[in-house]
Amino acid sequence: MCGERDRREFYYGGTALSRPVGTDWSAEWDDYLHLRENPAGRSRELWYHETGCTAWLVVERDTVTHEIHGVRLAAGGRS
Amino acid sequence: MRFSGLRVLHEGLTGNRGWTAHWRDPEPKSEYDIVVIGGGGHGLSTAYYLAKEHGLTNVAVLEKGYLGGGNVGRNTTIVRANYFLPGNSEFYSHSLKLWEGLEEDLNYNVMHSQRGLINLFHSDGQRDAFARRGNAMINQGDDAVLLDRNGVREHLPYLDFDNIRFPVFGGLLHPRGGTARHDAVAWGYARGASDRGVDLIQNCEVTGIDIENGKVRGVQTTRGAIRAKKVAIVVAGRSGQVAAMAGMRLPIESHILQAFVTEGLKPVIDHVVSFGMGHFYISQSDKGGLVFGGDLDFYPSYAQRGNLPMAEHVMEAAMTLMPMIGKAKVLRSWGGIMDMTPDGSPIIDRTDTEGLFIDCGWCYGGFKAVPGSGFSFAHLIATGNHHAPAAKYRLDRFRTGVGLMDEEGTGAQHNLH
Repeated sequence: MCGERDRREFYYGGTALSRPVGTDWSAEWDDYLHLRENPAGRSRELWYHETGCTAWLVVERDTVTHEIHGVRLAAGGRS
Repeated sequence: MRFSGLRVLHEGLTGNRGWTAHWRDPEPKSEYDIVVIGGGGHGLSTAYYLAKEHGLTNVAVLEKGYLGGGNVGRNTTIVRANYFLPGNSEFYSHSLKLWEGLEEDLNYNVMHSQRGLINLFHSDGQRDAFARRGNAMINQGDDAVLLDRNGVREHLPYLDFDNIRFPVFGGLLHPRGGTARHDAVAWGYARGASDRGVDLIQNCEVTGIDIENGKVRGVQTTRGAIRAKKVAIVVAGRSGQVAAMAGMRLPIESHILQAFVTEGLKPVIDHVVSFGMGHFYISQSDKGGLVFGGDLDFYPSYAQRGNLPMAEHVMEAAMTLMPMIGKAKVLRSWGGIMDMTPDGSPIIDRTDTEGLFIDCGWCYGGFKAVPGSGFSFAHLIATGNHHAPAAKYRLDRFRTGVGLMDEEGTGAQHNLH
């Protein structure tokens, strides 16, 4: 993809979660919108390459060391 | 040991040999009525008010590191009551009143300095918003003065008033706003709680919370098991991990917030000043360092250090607003772990587990809330009823959508505050 890019090109888009099915309010929606594991360690997050190729990415990142362990396209793309 | 002018004079003349430790260092007992997890500002003030206001002294504060070693020891020390929304407004108003009597109450010099806080605005729209906020503050019984450009000039002559992109239109002055000595606040509360019989246990990390039939029974720690009738979680950025021990997930993400201090300078900035068009606010410590900060880095982090893009933004904003500080050298910077809620307002509530209480979600504004949070949390733990000024800080407001307090008006979702 774009290779290594400046941090400022990216926008953090939240924890990578699966969206609940259906539109009626439920505990699953509360979970999805509000409740978080908030891990100290490896976390799966959505990042948007805002001022680059505009791809949404799923990034596996360590919240303690800021180390990146993996990046893939969010839309089921290649890693 | 009490502080007084006479005592300081006496000790000064006799070699300062009479000062004693400020608090006891007891071994943990096997059982307490109440265990407070977290020996930061909020945990220590909770223990203090449990003892002082409610006569509950069979209480332990468990701290995994040393007292006041978290956010209360690494913030920008600002104390203010300039909130707008019902829920926040009465809470911070109450907290500021506690600040104003704190030194006498604790017999401890927390160096509370009501030097005035000025939020600058740079457009007509911002002026309207600040006029409205000022009116809300006055209606709450606090103080606010809307300054025009010349009014600001009298207080802050050093600003770049005619900056081509962000000229200064005026500012909202909150005369009772100011700063305090952050460590001393933790130490004063610790001494006050310890003197009243509360056990402050350091180097004692909680590793588990014991729950039987939906009722809390105690905690597991690195210094053994401790039984307790009530357990209070007050652990700021670590709320997610501690709540997980009780099988809970919280509406909280932990983010990083950076701050910076320059070398010591002669007095130059007399107030607390915030820029309205970028993330930058500043005050000068009594030691002379310029203490300033900006916004979150905007990604979850437990690293207690930030990255350079936000540092760059803060420095740019500083140079835009007050070019004179460009020659000051930054001495150090650091990051704190902020427990961010979706609406940017805190939580003081009971949980689904009987006897388990939680105080968290202070986002980037926890320092000024230390007295009010401890007072209201102690009230809830002791009486079982919400304390009026903090009655809207409910844990379930995100699930129900009722009573959200989105002070910034950006939406009650994660990553927007």
